[in-house]
Amino acid sequence: MRLVTGLIAGTVALAAPAVAQAADGAAPRRVVSLNVCTDQIALMLAAPGQIEAVSRFAVDPKASVMVEEARAYPTTAGGAEDVFLRRPDLVLAGSYTARATVDILRRLGIPVVEIAPASGFGDIAASIREIGAALGAADRAEEVIARFEARLARVPAAERTLRVALYGANGYTEGAGTLSHEVVTAAGFSNIAAEIGIVGIARLSLEQLILADPDLIVIGLDYDSPARAQEIFSHPALAALADVPKARIAPAHWVCGTPHIVEAVEGLVEARDAILEGR
Amino acid sequence: MTLFALDRVTVRLDGREVLHGVSLELREGSFAALIGPNGAGKSTLLRAAAGLIPAEGGISLAGAPLARLSSTARARAAAFLAQEREVAWPVTVKTLVGLGRFPHRGAMQPATAEDRAHVERAMERMDVARLRARPATELSGGERARALIARALAQDTPLLLADEPAAGLDPAHQITLMEVFAELAADGRGVLASMHDLGLAARWCDRLVLLHEGRIVADGTPEAVLTPENLARVYGIEAHIGRANGGLVVQPLSRTTGR
Amino acid sequence: MNLRVPYPVLIAALAVTVALLFGLSLLTGSAELGLGESLSALFADGGSGGSGGGNVVAIVMQEIRLPRALLALMIGASLGLSGAALQGYLRNPLAEPGLIGVTATASLGAVLAIYTGISAAVPLALPAMALAGAGLAVLLVQLLAGGRGGALTLILAGVALTSLAGAMTSLALNLAPNPFASLEIVFWLLGSLADRSMIHVQIAAPFILAGWLMLATLGRGLDALALGEETAASLGVRLPLLRLLAVVGTASCVGASTAVAGAIGFVGLVVPHLLRPFVGHRPSRLLLASALGGAAMLLLADIAARVLAPDEDLKLGVLTALVGAPFFLWLVVRTRRRLA
Repeated sequence: MRLVTGLIAGTVALAAPAVAQAADGAAPRRVVSLNVCTDQIALMLAAPGQIEAVSRFAVDPKASVMVEEARAYPTTAGGAEDVFLRRPDLVLAGSYTARATVDILRRLGIPVVEIAPASGFGDIAASIREIGAALGAADRAEEVIARFEARLARVPAAERTLRVALYGANGYTEGAGTLSHEVVTAAGFSNIAAEIGIVGIARLSLEQLILADPDLIVIGLDYDSPARAQEIFSHPALAALADVPKARIAPAHWVCGTPHIVEAVEGLVEARDAILEGR
Repeated sequence: MTLFALDRVTVRLDGREVLHGVSLELREGSFAALIGPNGAGKSTLLRAAAGLIPAEGGISLAGAPLARLSSTARARAAAFLAQEREVAWPVTVKTLVGLGRFPHRGAMQPATAEDRAHVERAMERMDVARLRARPATELSGGERARALIARALAQDTPLLLADEPAAGLDPAHQITLMEVFAELAADGRGVLASMHDLGLAARWCDRLVLLHEGRIVADGTPEAVLTPENLARVYGIEAHIGRANGGLVVQPLSRTTGR
Repeated sequence: MNLRVPYPVLIAALAVTVALLFGLSLLTGSAELGLGESLSALFADGGSGGSGGGNVVAIVMQEIRLPRALLALMIGASLGLSGAALQGYLRNPLAEPGLIGVTATASLGAVLAIYTGISAAVPLALPAMALAGAGLAVLLVQLLAGGRGGALTLILAGVALTSLAGAMTSLALNLAPNPFASLEIVFWLLGSLADRSMIHVQIAAPFILAGWLMLATLGRGLDALALGEETAASLGVRLPLLRLLAVVGTASCVGASTAVAGAIGFVGLVVPHLLRPFVGHRPSRLLLASALGGAAMLLLADIAARVLAPDEDLKLGVLTALVGAPFFLWLVVRTRRRLA
């Protein structure tokens, strides 16, 4: 049995050189991913046919930027029964999603790799490396990481540091130690939340927002209508901020720590340059 | 035999001394009324005798110190009829009266023929047998009071401690109640009931215990206790005291001055 | 208001309902399995193996569906039984198992396990910390309410504890390290039986059974308590013991239930209320009837959660409240009409 799988894995490896040998032997051939972030990394790294199913959020444009790629695969609602019946030999999950499901799958003898949510670019590379190793695609993982880092390095530096406020539903913002903070920093901004000492996710009061006098407000929400995007600025006290440029970047672009985060950075650079050029 | 004995019993409620070293004994065959004005300590005395509240001094029930009796032994020695006529759920009258058999039945035992007989007899005595299937919460105040008295009777104990059992009953049922308690005494049991109706107490009880400000100030036959002096000193009233149909008749007339 | 159904008939009808719903629960799942196939797989060998070589259908039946159905049964019965016991003890039809603070503190324990990340690092840390929370609740409630305290002090102590634990849960939610942790906390608080394993059954069962045993002894005492605490005491009911058993029994079975399934509301409130008229309002008879009724209601809710929205992982606590709250309002309206 082991010999047969080894042989098949060997053939696959010949056909697709990206699939390298995992540390413990054969690469998994029936991978199920339960988390929209692991979905996208797996879609980048997996050999054809290696993925058995992705999470149902992978095909939701609100959550995923790889909807097209994901449509090639079946989706799973993520229940243990559904996952188990797909007979996976590897399950990828986020470390905060589906605790009970992960526990029961492990109990049933299915290897589960849990990926912690990224809170920085370093974590992204680590996640890719970890999933690459689990899929037997370590080389491809290094390629993806190298491309990601190269693209990040090409982001043009700002001639002057602008100050940005991240502002989301119910007035939440993200300070130091978050992925969003790293994104705005990479785009050459100074994050006002970090300036005033916010670490992680916290509320930014209206007073703090007005006093900080940001050059740009980034609304990290995916509103269905433009009217609702303005709703959070309907408070009279925020009239002062009416002229501050606002950028919207859909959460699908930066909720997950994947190489696609570069697109969020590039989008912010565009907004930055527009402000600097006085457009 | 002594059914219960209080030996210099003192009770404090919330730090306030309510009974001051009260001593009292009740022998079988006696129907005694505990009388006294509001706040004299009647309910407290009855509760202490039943072991329901902490008390200093000696309390014994059926010849044994209260503290040495198990909760079941206590419940078999003395029934207690509370002044509050609480019934939390709309159980039937029959179910309610059946609760009196609680100390006589084990946890998982069904009712025996004896249990049922006691319940039937108690319901008949208090004239609630025809209400047996009615929810107890839907009865009139007097009917509910009678059902609860029947519950105490069904407990079939040598001693009955009753807190204002006659309150809220119509005259006919008050007399029924007095007759039943007198019958219990005639059977060799003992009844100690607190009462406000001095006429009823004088007529039916063989002994009156007059409580005033936490102390027993008179104890004896109705004639000996219901003197004009005692009534004036303790209740602050003047009353007509006479005799009719071979018994004492007491009718309060007016308040005495200075009270 | 007393609905005449002989007690044995009522119990038999409820037991049959529970048995049928238990079977239906086993037949409900994302895999389309035939009746015969499912049932034979339930008793087949090889269910408890690894992914390699084992009988897949047997594993699904024995390791995924069976624990879920067992937990629905055990937890539903616990909620119904403890609800009936507490309503009887407090002589208040609005009492529910969460009243003494167990649900809130068990939830807090679980939330802390998620918040600190211990639940991800150590398997079973979550139920263990939830159980510790429930245990702490019992100690605190007994301490706050005092050894001889009556029903009112128990309610007040429970309310205080629930508020405190609720506030600390909100705080943990506020300070959660990332949005994913907050989501996990919120989802967990809503209650679910999805993907629980036999290990959860093994963790919860001893506490739940111990709780049942304690609560089952209360029946006669609760009957007597209908006449008030003094009269009950005069009938030989040992009130401090009764309260200890009611509190510890409830904490044991509801704490263990919360530990494995989260906070599931309304079952413990509605079921005793619904069944009370059928048992002549006798608290002793309500205990078993409510246990069966609670099991039936939770099994039904869990089946509905899977059938109505198979892809959404509809939370059980949400469903019981969605069904329970309108029903409860209807009861209130009906009661008002009767009193008017």
